[in-house]
Amino acid sequence: MLKMLSNAWLIPIPPAVAFVLIVLVTKRFKLLSALLAIFAITLSFIYSIGILLEVLSQGITMNNPVEYSVNWLSLGGETIRPLLIEAGVLIDPLTSVMLVVVTLVALLVEIYSLGYMKGDPGFSVFFGYLSFFVMSMLGLVLANNYFMMFIFWELVGLCSYLLIGFYFHKHSAAKASKKAFITNRWGDFGFMLGIFSLFLIFGTFNFNDLAEAIGRQHGAFLIIPALLVLAGPIAKSAQFPLHVWLPDAMEGPTPVSALIHAATMVAAGVYLIARGYILFTGLEAVSFAIAYIGGFTALFAAIIAVVQFDIKRIIAFSTVSQLGYMVMALGVGSLSAGIFHLTTHAFFKALLFLAAGSVIHAAHTQNIFEMGGLSKSMKITTWSFIVGALSLSGIFPLAGFWSKDEILLVTLEKGFTGLYIIGSLVAFLTAFYVFRLVFVVFFGKKKTRAYESPLSMTVPLMVLAFLSITSGFAGAPFVEKGFSSFIYFQEPHHVQVNFLIMIGSTVLALGGIALAWAVYVKKLIDPVLVTDRARSLYVVVYNKFYIDEIYHWLFYRIMMNIGKAFNWNDRHVVDGIFDGIAGLTRAAGAKLRLVHTGNLQNYALVIFASVVIIVIWMAVPVLGGIQ
Amino acid sequence: MNIPVLTSIMLAPVVGLLVILCLPEKEKMVIKITAACTTFVSLVLSIYAYLSYDKSAGGLQFVEKIPWVEEFGINYYVGVDGMSLPMVLLTSIVIFTGVFASWDLSNRVKEFFIFLLLLVTGVFGVFIAQDLFFFYFFFEIAVIPMYILIGVWGSTRKEYAAMKLTLYLLIGSALALVGLIAIYLYGQSELGYRTFNIIELARVNYDLGFQKFVAFLILFGFGVLVPIWPLHLWSPDGHVAAPTAVSMLHAGVLMKLGAYGLIKLGINFLPEGIIYWAPLIAVLCIVNVVYGALVAMQQKDLKFVVGYSSVSHMGYVLLGIASLNLFSLNGAVAQMFAHGIMTALFFALVGNIYNKAHTREIALFGGLAHQMPRVAAGFLIAGLASLGLPGLNNFVAEFLIFIGSFIKEQMILGGLISWRAIAVLAIFGIVITSIYVLRVVQKVFFGPRNPKWDHIKDAQGVEMVPIVVLCSVLILFGVWPSLLIDVIDVGVQPLIEKVQAAAQIGGIF
Repeated sequence: MLKMLSNAWLIPIPPAVAFVLIVLVTKRFKLLSALLAIFAITLSFIYSIGILLEVLSQGITMNNPVEYSVNWLSLGGETIRPLLIEAGVLIDPLTSVMLVVVTLVALLVEIYSLGYMKGDPGFSVFFGYLSFFVMSMLGLVLANNYFMMFIFWELVGLCSYLLIGFYFHKHSAAKASKKAFITNRWGDFGFMLGIFSLFLIFGTFNFNDLAEAIGRQHGAFLIIPALLVLAGPIAKSAQFPLHVWLPDAMEGPTPVSALIHAATMVAAGVYLIARGYILFTGLEAVSFAIAYIGGFTALFAAIIAVVQFDIKRIIAFSTVSQLGYMVMALGVGSLSAGIFHLTTHAFFKALLFLAAGSVIHAAHTQNIFEMGGLSKSMKITTWSFIVGALSLSGIFPLAGFWSKDEILLVTLEKGFTGLYIIGSLVAFLTAFYVFRLVFVVFFGKKKTRAYESPLSMTVPLMVLAFLSITSGFAGAPFVEKGFSSFIYFQEPHHVQVNFLIMIGSTVLALGGIALAWAVYVKKLIDPVLVTDRARSLYVVVYNKFYIDEIYHWLFYRIMMNIGKAFNWNDRHVVDGIFDGIAGLTRAAGAKLRLVHTGNLQNYALVIFASVVIIVIWMAVPVLGGIQ
Repeated sequence: MNIPVLTSIMLAPVVGLLVILCLPEKEKMVIKITAACTTFVSLVLSIYAYLSYDKSAGGLQFVEKIPWVEEFGINYYVGVDGMSLPMVLLTSIVIFTGVFASWDLSNRVKEFFIFLLLLVTGVFGVFIAQDLFFFYFFFEIAVIPMYILIGVWGSTRKEYAAMKLTLYLLIGSALALVGLIAIYLYGQSELGYRTFNIIELARVNYDLGFQKFVAFLILFGFGVLVPIWPLHLWSPDGHVAAPTAVSMLHAGVLMKLGAYGLIKLGINFLPEGIIYWAPLIAVLCIVNVVYGALVAMQQKDLKFVVGYSSVSHMGYVLLGIASLNLFSLNGAVAQMFAHGIMTALFFALVGNIYNKAHTREIALFGGLAHQMPRVAAGFLIAGLASLGLPGLNNFVAEFLIFIGSFIKEQMILGGLISWRAIAVLAIFGIVITSIYVLRVVQKVFFGPRNPKWDHIKDAQGVEMVPIVVLCSVLILFGVWPSLLIDVIDVGVQPLIEKVQAAAQIGGIF
């Protein structure tokens, strides 16, 4: 069955075909377009499952991946080092798990969109874009070298741009999509330079060849390339200081937020770090930077999430925060923990977004304080949201519990006590903000009329709720051949059980929930009073620490003014000089023109005078004249 | 098949021109169809030549040689190599789509197409000529009709722009002429006989002092056309004033004549001279890229944005030329091709909008994607190509230029900065480009529906020809770059061998 692996490049093909067909042929037939997209992603999903089983049954491990490639572009060799760019696939446990996660979430989101996007004039186009996204994302996951990864990395960015701006008639959406793309461009700038530096040093883009080469010679000279490559994930996975685009990206339709801006694309940054893990892990300074960027982002975003009103924004900041968790795990040196959390997070965060979408669909508002008491009319939505919230908070025995616990465990194990404390604090805040949301939206006084969403929307919710409960068992300590003996870096290991940490984090999570309950259900504490006490702090946090404003200022005050100065220079100085030369020539011509009087007598006089002068000049030597 | 392919490609527009000359002015449709048919013949033959070029043999192919003035060694000598072939293809694509982009022209149609076809004949001639005399001859044919085309059919300060453009280009070509005559004379004294044959002249070893001096003349002579900063101002003004098809040809092809001349004559004849001036080119290219992009961001007229973006993008070509290695030079030629297609698409779309809205002022638009979804999609594709999105042709070209310049080990400005720093600054251009492109897309096409433009119809019928053809080319070569790069590589290899064989002298600074 090796054929199955060698033909893995087929996985992105069905969505690609679906995209082309939808755009060129079936755009007018809405339902047909949607079904085409769903059919295509189902094929990819089945194939991905096949790959996963194949990887398991053939005993392919992280240390002996299989790779298939063809040449895409090759140059040089004689006069300059060869440049070989392959189009290829790399299959190892990490790839196989990512494939399944991406296709599964995409499938559920597309089914959900059938109901959610119903009646939208851009229905077909929406499914076309989704297909294009899935194609690109699968290409990114399968890529066997940095170059191919960069290509698909940009393409998923393009899909993100198109889908955030899906409601392009809204100014806010148009601006948000532009912001997302440009912010990511800054990251890509670094990423590209990083790839170039690696090529400069090692002469290849291939992950396996690079891993081997880096294994042989690893040293401080890799710090700059590693940091440059890291710029890509920082932008894509919305880490501080390039996180600003993700909350705004919520302008896109909610299924997009679930698929692209929660479960898959934003996790691509984490995936990239994991893919080239050997580059970062041996460099203490870089690992340290990664760990603290992740930890800081996790805390920073969790704090902001506490004070937001918009249901999607709260979950978006939660995504930023949880991505920080994953990055932190990778930074402290546990690839397993990071990817494990990526997997469980993909399920429970997609669930939260889709459930939120169901709420928005019914309540027609995104402000949580305009909702309330929805639990009575929307049973399935409420319960699946609560499952997602519990999983996010890390309550035993849901998926989030196991993955979050493993992260906290490794931070302590590797001696990052500071990060352990930050991580625990984040766990507390997470439980608080998500249950603040739950209590305000689903319980309390009923403020809006709402009905449960159609089956096409609730079935995916139930499936995701099931996964949010169970997917964590794959990595639970009591499982013999668990997640960390499947996806790991260099050495498989078994997760140790540390009851102290488990109990500690559970207590914190329950504490967070209890606090939210006390504030928003029992009203023991008045949140308005608290915010009034610390008014200035509240304003700063509510405004996301003014990071957006700082960038705005830098752009409009610095870059635009430089541009203006250049423009002025171009129009006045440069053009002035050349027009000046032209003017001078013309003026000289105008003066010289006066000589041409057109008066025959004048001309005759000049001719006669000239002749006389010439004759005298010629005569001087002959006559011997004036000595 | 033993027909003279290249001559046919070049003369097909001349046939069209002669037919149109005989047609009465009022037969507008017949005139347009004639133009479309004859340029289509060029296109088909170019594709044929492109596909049947033997890459393993390399060198000049489809050669035709007819003695003309033997006394001076002037021959009608044409042929294509891996570098000129993509340029011929580019020209035929741009002129073919350009004819369709001027389909709704109604003013002096006959004369317009006569000059347009004359212009393109000159451009084809430059790319196929292997004789210095004919090279220059065709070069001048390409420049002069531009003056009339802009001066008569243009808009926005058209006389000023036409005069400005012509003066800049003529001064440039006069400088280049001095250089070319110097090369001819030097070659004559070295070889012992008179010849304008480019290949024979390229075999001569010119001495270093001569190379430095003549390379300077060539650099600024052809540099005006590229356009190299600060000699670039004819280009935005010219673009803005020119009618759509002329803008397409102008930015799409005419600018490439300059870069082509720099490579074909500069690097080929004077490798050491170019090595000597390379640091200067590199520094100016940074100004082109970064400064051009920042200025583009400030423009209020859609065509000015595209015009300055050309200045910015041609800076990458300069960087590719200055870096003088296999990757960068491949990238430079590929970028000439890719930028030609992309900018032609841009101008075709802007022309389409202008024809219907009678304005190009960005601030007046908004939400135009509601009325013109196809134009919006095309504009977005052009914009994405412009900001170097993978999957579109420009990405591969820019990538090769970047990597070629990034791996170059050289210190310039007296060891003050490395070549790599220049490369990094140029790569930063992709960030600025994405900012101005997406700003324009947002301001013109996104936002709520503006009822003011409800009377505007989307592109349809023949108007779709340029959009579809050019987008397809961008995607085809973007997804399958070796189709382009393998051909270019054949043409670039010998030049790089020359550069490597040249004395390794230091740069000017």
